[in-house]
Amino acid sequence: MSDIAIELKGIDKSFGPVHANKNINLKVRKGSIHGIIGENGAGKSTLMSILYGFYQADRGEIFVDGKKITIRDPNAAIAAGIGMVHQHFMLVENFTVLENVMLGAEGAAVLNRGIVNARAELKRLEEEYEMEVNPDAIIEELPVGLQQRVEILKAFYRKADILILDEPTGVLTPAEADHLFRILAQLRDEGKTVILITHKLREIMAITDEVSVMRRGEMVASRKTSETNVEELAELMVGRRVLLNVEKGVALPKEVRLSVKDLTVKDSRGVTMVENVSFEVRAGEIVGIAGVAGNGQSELLEAIAGMRSAVQGEVMLNGKSTDVTGPGDPADLRARKLGHVSEDRHHTGLVLQFEEAENAILGYHGSPEYLRGGLYNMNAIREAATVEIEKYDIRPPNPRLKTANFSGGNQQKIVLAREMERDPDVLIIGQPTRGVDVGAIEFIHKRIIEMRDQGKAVLLVSVELDEIRSLSDRILVMFDGRIVGERTPDTSESEIGLLMAGIEGKMEAAE
Amino acid sequence: MEYFDTVIVVLQSTVRLSVPLILTALAGLYAERSGVVDIGLEGKLLAAAFAGASAAAVLGNAWLGAAVAVMASMALAAVHGYASITQRGDQIVSGTALNFIAAGATVILGQAWFRQGGRTPALIGDARFGTWELPFADAVKDVPILGGIYSNLLSGHYLLTYIAFIMVPVSWWILFRTRFGLRLRAVGENPGAVDTAGISVVRLRYSAVLIGGILCGLAGAYLSIAMNAGFVKGMSAGKGFIALAALVFAKWKPRNILFACLLFGFLDALSIRMQGVALPLVGKVPVQVYQALPYVLTVILLAGFIGKAIPPKASGRPYVKER
Repeated sequence: MSDIAIELKGIDKSFGPVHANKNINLKVRKGSIHGIIGENGAGKSTLMSILYGFYQADRGEIFVDGKKITIRDPNAAIAAGIGMVHQHFMLVENFTVLENVMLGAEGAAVLNRGIVNARAELKRLEEEYEMEVNPDAIIEELPVGLQQRVEILKAFYRKADILILDEPTGVLTPAEADHLFRILAQLRDEGKTVILITHKLREIMAITDEVSVMRRGEMVASRKTSETNVEELAELMVGRRVLLNVEKGVALPKEVRLSVKDLTVKDSRGVTMVENVSFEVRAGEIVGIAGVAGNGQSELLEAIAGMRSAVQGEVMLNGKSTDVTGPGDPADLRARKLGHVSEDRHHTGLVLQFEEAENAILGYHGSPEYLRGGLYNMNAIREAATVEIEKYDIRPPNPRLKTANFSGGNQQKIVLAREMERDPDVLIIGQPTRGVDVGAIEFIHKRIIEMRDQGKAVLLVSVELDEIRSLSDRILVMFDGRIVGERTPDTSESEIGLLMAGIEGKMEAAE
Repeated sequence: MEYFDTVIVVLQSTVRLSVPLILTALAGLYAERSGVVDIGLEGKLLAAAFAGASAAAVLGNAWLGAAVAVMASMALAAVHGYASITQRGDQIVSGTALNFIAAGATVILGQAWFRQGGRTPALIGDARFGTWELPFADAVKDVPILGGIYSNLLSGHYLLTYIAFIMVPVSWWILFRTRFGLRLRAVGENPGAVDTAGISVVRLRYSAVLIGGILCGLAGAYLSIAMNAGFVKGMSAGKGFIALAALVFAKWKPRNILFACLLFGFLDALSIRMQGVALPLVGKVPVQVYQALPYVLTVILLAGFIGKAIPPKASGRPYVKER
C-alpha cells in the first residue's frame, strides 16, 4: 500500500497537430481533494479522459495504488476503482435513476434479481453519503444538481475509491455547488480520493488540499493549497509569454460605431452566459475583452454577430439598432458593414471542403461582381482571391486549393482577408491567433492595428492576455458573464489576471 | 353463418399477411433501439426470400432453405453494420444501397441460376413448409363459433407464423427485462453513457443489427418457402417499408408493433377481399386505394392522432467519442 492513490509519469497525448498533453507528471495523495486548474483548452479534460481510459496516451505510465496499470478502456479504469463524473453527464435521459446506476453493472443476464439488489445497494449508498434521490425518477425530469448526484452514485455503485469530477459546478447554481462541496469534503473524510477539475480559482481555494496547474498542455506547478494563494495561481494559470511587440501609435477614437446595452444571453442549456453587459466601441479604437475562456465571451460575440439570439438587450450598429433578440441575420449585419472573424474558423468561419477562392467570398457571395448572368464567374472570384492572397501573404498562393490543405495560420488569414477587405465599419474578432504560428501572429496583429488606424471600430476577444494587452486601447474584463472592470492596456498583468479570476475586492476597493 | 365464415376468412388472411410485417418490424425494432436506422429492411427481406427459395429448390429441404435465407439476410445486415457502425457512414444511404442491391441481384442471380425470368422453381413436397394443425382441430371444427375460431383461425398455420407471434412478447422481454435489452436501449439513447460504463458500443450495435438480420431472414423465408411456393421477382413488394411505417406508428414498442402489423395486415387482406366488390354509395373502389391505406393511415395518425412518435435519441447518428 502506498499513500499515493494515482501517479502519472510522462503522459503525452496529441490529437493530430494539437499537442494536448505534454509530458505530464502528477501525484495525487490518497484521501485528499486534489484540484487541477487551468484555462479551457489547457488539457485538463484530456488528461482525465486518459486516466479514465477514454483515450490512450501516446506515451507515459499510470500507477494506481503504487501499481503500474494499463487503462485501455473505461472498464479497466472502473476495475482500478476510478469513477468519473463527466462535464456533460453520461446519463440515459429517459431511463430511471436506478436503470442508469445499474447500466454496465447489472449483475446477471436477466434483470429481475439485479434490480432488487441494485435498489438495496443504491439505498445504502444514499444513506451512507447522504445523497438522497428517488430511484424511480426519470432522469430528464430531475434538476441538474440531482442528475449530477446520480452520476456520483453511479461511480460509487461501481465501488470507486477515486472520483474524478470534470468542471462539476459549471451547470450548478451556487447553492447546489455548495452542497456538492460539502459532499466532496465528506467523501474525503471517509478516505476517498477526489480529483476536481476546474477553471475557477475560488473553488480550488475553497475545497482542495492540493492543486496542480496546467497551461497549454503542460503541468506547470503543484502546490499545497494552504501554501499558495489566488494571486500565484492566477499567474501560473494565465502564464507569462514573451510579449510580441506591436508598434502602435496613439488611438484617436471618434464617434461610437457599436454600442451594446444591457445584453443578456443564454446558452443552449438555458444557463445565463452573458448578463447585463453594456459597452461601446468607437471608430479608431480597439476594445479588447479579456477573460478566462468560458466566461461568456464567445456567447457575447455570437450575439453581436447575429449567430445567437439574446434574451434581452440592445445592440446599435452605426447608430441603428440590430435585431439582437430576434433570430439573427448575419447577412444583413454584413451588409451594414459589420465584419466578423469568428472564434472557431473551422466551424463558423470556413467551409474546409471548398476551394480557397470560394471561402474568400463566403458571406459576400451575393455580391454582383462575382456573378455573370446569374451564375458565378469563377474567374472573377479567383482573381479577387488572388489579390487577397498576395496582400495577406497566404501560402501556398493558390486560390483553387482546397481550404483544408492550408495551415491554421493561413486559414486564419483567409478569414481575416475576407472580413477586412470589405471595408467594414465595425470589425469583431474572436481569438485572432488561436492555433496560428508565430510568424503569422505578428502579421495578423499588424493588420488589426492598421484597421484601427483606418478608423474602424474593432472589438477583440482573446483568451491570450498578452494579445489583449498589446493590441487594445481599452480592456474590458469579463468574468462569469459580466464585465467586472475596465482597465487601460498598461495595467499590470497580475491585476487583470485577478479580475479575470473573479477576485475583484482588493483592487476595486483601492480605487 | 355466412358472415361469420367471411369474417374468419378475412381474419385468417390477416394473420397470414401480417407475419412478414411482424418479423420485419421487430427486426427494425432491434436495430433502431440500438441507434441504427434500418431502411434496408426491404432489401434484406427480398434477399432472404430469394436465397431461401433458391436453397430450398436446390436442396429440396425447406429448413435448409430457411437457414440460407437467414444467412443471406445476416450477411446484408453485417454490411449495413460495417458501413454505419464501423465506418460511421450515413445509415440511410447504406440501407438504400442494400435495397437496390437486393432488388437487382435477386433478379440477375435468379435468371442466371434458374432461367425462369427471375423466378425460382416452384417448391414442392419437403422443399416447402407445411402448415401445422393444432391438436383436436379437426375434432372441434364443427363446434359453433369457438370451433371455427380454433380450427380455422388459430390452427393450420406455418410454424413461422407461430414463431412470429411468439417473438413479440419474447422481444419485449429481451428489451425490457434483460441486461442485453437495457444496454441496447441505452445505446440507442446515449451511447456515451454506455461507453463510459465500460460497455462496447460497437459490439452492442452489431448484435442488434445482426438480430435484425435473423428476423428479416425468417420473414423472407416465410414469404418464399411458406406463404408462396417459390420466389417471384420483387415479391417483398414494399413490406419492408410498411414494417418500417408500423415501427414508427408503434412508437418503437413491441406490443404496439403487433397491433400495427395486424392492422396493416388486415388492410391488406381487405384489399384482396374487396377486389371488384362494389361498396354501397361509392361503387367499386380501385384496389390501389386499399394498398395505399397503410401509408395514408401512418401519415394521418402520426400527424396528430397518436401523439408524437419520438425515436430513440441517438438513432441515425454514428458514435464518435467527443473531445
